Amino acid sequence: MPHPYLPHTQADIQAMLEKIGVKTLDDLYADVPQACRKKGAYALPDAMSEQEIRDCFAALDAMNARLKVFVGQGAYDHYTPSVIPYLTQRSEFITAYTPYQCEISQGTLRYIFEYQSLICELTGLDVANASMYDGPTAAAEAVMMCTECVRKRNRVLLSATLLPHVLQVIQTYAKFHGVDITVVPAQDGQSSLGAIRAELSKEDVAGVVVPSLNRYGIVEDLTGFADTIHTAKALLVQYCDPSALAVVKTPGEWGADIAVGDGQPLGLPLCYGGPYVGFMAVKKDYMRKMPGRIVGQTADKEGRRAFVLTLQAREQHIKREKATSNICSNESLMALWVIIYLSLMGPEGLAEVNRISADGAHYLHDELLKTGKFQEVFPGKPFLKEFVLKPLEEAIALQHRLEAAGFFAALPTPEGYVSFCVTEKRSKEEIDQLVAAVKEG
Amino acid sequence: MKYYDKLIFELSKEGRKGYSLPVNRFPAAPELPLQLRRAASPRLPEVSEPEVVRHYNNLSQMNFGVDTGFYPLGSCTMKYNPKINEEVAALPGFAGLHPLMPAHLTQGACKVYEQMNKALSEITGMHTFTFDPCAGAHGELTGLMLMRTYHMNRGDQGRTKVIVPDSAHGTNPASAAVCGLEVVEVKSLENGRIDVEALKSLLDQSVAGIMMTNPNTLGLFETQILEIAQLVHGVGGLLYYDGANMNPMLGVVRPGDMGFDIMHLNLHKTFSTPHGGGGPGSGPVGMTEEVAKGLPQIKVSGFHGNFGVILRAYAYILSIGRQHLREVGQYSVLSANYIKECLKDVYKLPIADVCKHEFVFDGLVNDGAHDDIPGATTLDVAKRLLDYGYHAPTIYFPLLFHQALMIEPTETESKETIDAFIAVMRLIAQEAAQDPMLLHNAPHNAPISRPDETAAARNPILKY
Repeated sequence: MPHPYLPHTQADIQAMLEKIGVKTLDDLYADVPQACRKKGAYALPDAMSEQEIRDCFAALDAMNARLKVFVGQGAYDHYTPSVIPYLTQRSEFITAYTPYQCEISQGTLRYIFEYQSLICELTGLDVANASMYDGPTAAAEAVMMCTECVRKRNRVLLSATLLPHVLQVIQTYAKFHGVDITVVPAQDGQSSLGAIRAELSKEDVAGVVVPSLNRYGIVEDLTGFADTIHTAKALLVQYCDPSALAVVKTPGEWGADIAVGDGQPLGLPLCYGGPYVGFMAVKKDYMRKMPGRIVGQTADKEGRRAFVLTLQAREQHIKREKATSNICSNESLMALWVIIYLSLMGPEGLAEVNRISADGAHYLHDELLKTGKFQEVFPGKPFLKEFVLKPLEEAIALQHRLEAAGFFAALPTPEGYVSFCVTEKRSKEEIDQLVAAVKEG
Repeated sequence: MKYYDKLIFELSKEGRKGYSLPVNRFPAAPELPLQLRRAASPRLPEVSEPEVVRHYNNLSQMNFGVDTGFYPLGSCTMKYNPKINEEVAALPGFAGLHPLMPAHLTQGACKVYEQMNKALSEITGMHTFTFDPCAGAHGELTGLMLMRTYHMNRGDQGRTKVIVPDSAHGTNPASAAVCGLEVVEVKSLENGRIDVEALKSLLDQSVAGIMMTNPNTLGLFETQILEIAQLVHGVGGLLYYDGANMNPMLGVVRPGDMGFDIMHLNLHKTFSTPHGGGGPGSGPVGMTEEVAKGLPQIKVSGFHGNFGVILRAYAYILSIGRQHLREVGQYSVLSANYIKECLKDVYKLPIADVCKHEFVFDGLVNDGAHDDIPGATTLDVAKRLLDYGYHAPTIYFPLLFHQALMIEPTETESKETIDAFIAVMRLIAQEAAQDPMLLHNAPHNAPISRPDETAAARNPILKY
């Protein structure tokens, strides 16, 4: 029986074999030693019809819990306008590859240019690339970039207030790349300038990575950081939530050299962790040290505005082992997702998303404290959509209790706190129900 | 395709919006302290919903995808992207799963990972897979980290080199460098295969392993693979399989049976998930039981890899099943050899052997050079193909030839499509012989003509 994805008929196959001058399809593998060929049948499922696939996935889908999400920690349940999945499913976008042939890839090249422009606008920096795999890998690339930009220095400082998974990915990359990492302890829930200064005095530090919104949800005050770090001839890297950058001080304003983060909060579905999209923006001086694809504007022979992949002398397909990174495929379609999101939301929409999320989060925060079942951990520290509290009961028990009531909330942290997050998708009724469920325990 | 010149910023007008959000029913939270606030709102476009939809529709129409036409881009396996895959990946129970939810809440997702692991291990002869890497190059890096971890865990500290053939994908040496390994290149023979004698001279206790693509980037099967495996294992090294070229091996040969210890697959190549204009991909890494002991020591992406892509690939595997797996591999090889045989009189074929899923020409037999008119190059042929409604093959790779033109048809193209492509390739060869200027100036009917790439790099304009 032919398969719907495979057009060759037996007659086609015969005609093609004849032209090639062999008798059977197996003859095309005559150069493959018998000793390494697969013996016997493959133990794989039977081929399914489309309806059977649909039923199979519906059953799998039903095995997942459907809970109201009150957790962030690097993945945020923001609202997705329906226009986005509709447009990103356009065949011409989704079934294209990297825009190698620019004359028939102007659609992809233009949206990447738009995306780069808005990443620069959000971060307040000069140059952005076409995307990275996710936030943590973008941060890891930034760390390696620091050691390339600052000669003869091989140590990078990470603030302990970075999200746990960001720390882990950076540490993995650094270990193999040969970058020394020091995790600098936090002070009062935020990156410690004093501790960073002490490390900088050893004059071997190439870069310092600090978050904008940190693992406790606190908006970090980086006053004095850039001056101190630059005086010590190191680079400042900021790990940011791009949605919050609509309202909080930008990496550019803080004096950061590199901004990285995950584009997921810009309307990407949670989707169990991916695909997301990492972003990176840098000061102009570091443009040629950047990893990844970059799209630039130029003109065609008739003088019409045209877009191309540019500064490719940095990349693996030209420079091989001397490239700035090994990245090839990135997350182009998710960059399209981001640019459509930002176009729809505009400055007012993004500000509104931040406002509703922050108002909802503060409401939940205050209502939870009123239950008498929590202690504040960092009183008075400014936060937006995410915060931690110290539960008076066992954290894991609280989490399970809330699951039973239909909520994914109160995620236990390594410090013994529980983390909450509220986005604009959470209604007041849902928050009141969550608080009621907390009280019932 | 028609030229459309707008950028989204040029549609912006103060006072327009493209969103609707619920009324804010919460008491106002305290304002952020002034020193933590950005000075001015970001200059994002202000556009209405219909304008956004039309703008991106217009952009899409300047793009060429697999659904537009034949896309014989070598080493990229531009096969058909089934639509049921998109449907299942959008199911709400998957799309709404938070990555930090514990396993008892995500049983459907866990089952997908488990079933995929089983299927890919069977298809490749590996012990197990990690799904964390988000693309092929990310898989290579992960695999090399595992290779180093394997040696380190055995107390074998001195293995600093990785051997990479000169025909390898650029990502191979680049991944090795990111992983802190020294790249040692091994030359290819005239017949396009690794020079085993040269390889022997490079092998010693300092070698962590070798990275290979098999079939290699010339589309040729490395016939001495079993001997190579024995040699590399003999000095304590491991073999890494770059799965970019796995498609023709489906149902016939498994990397594990060839002696490979670690490998990646590109789900966006072999397993039909859409390339998305350059991602999202997925690069799961397979390995032996010994190598897998190092898995807990590395974390290469934020959560569980590109789950949405893994879902699509699983739907593909269920559709192909054990009944059609072999056909996928065989038909991709059949189509490639057929094109090669039909064009080798007008395009230079440096190595005449039976190929696998792809093959490489080295420019035109008659490039039309005469008097002061230079001959038509591979770039010219590529650009002329755009005029005829085809995506170009991969050009100037591999680096073994000066005019490389690498063609990979895949199994999802009909004989009619392939015959039409062959006819156009022959026509272009004829045009080149008669009037190379016609090719130098191509494309003639794409949305734009050849842009000035030198100016783009010299005076970079990288944002609006």
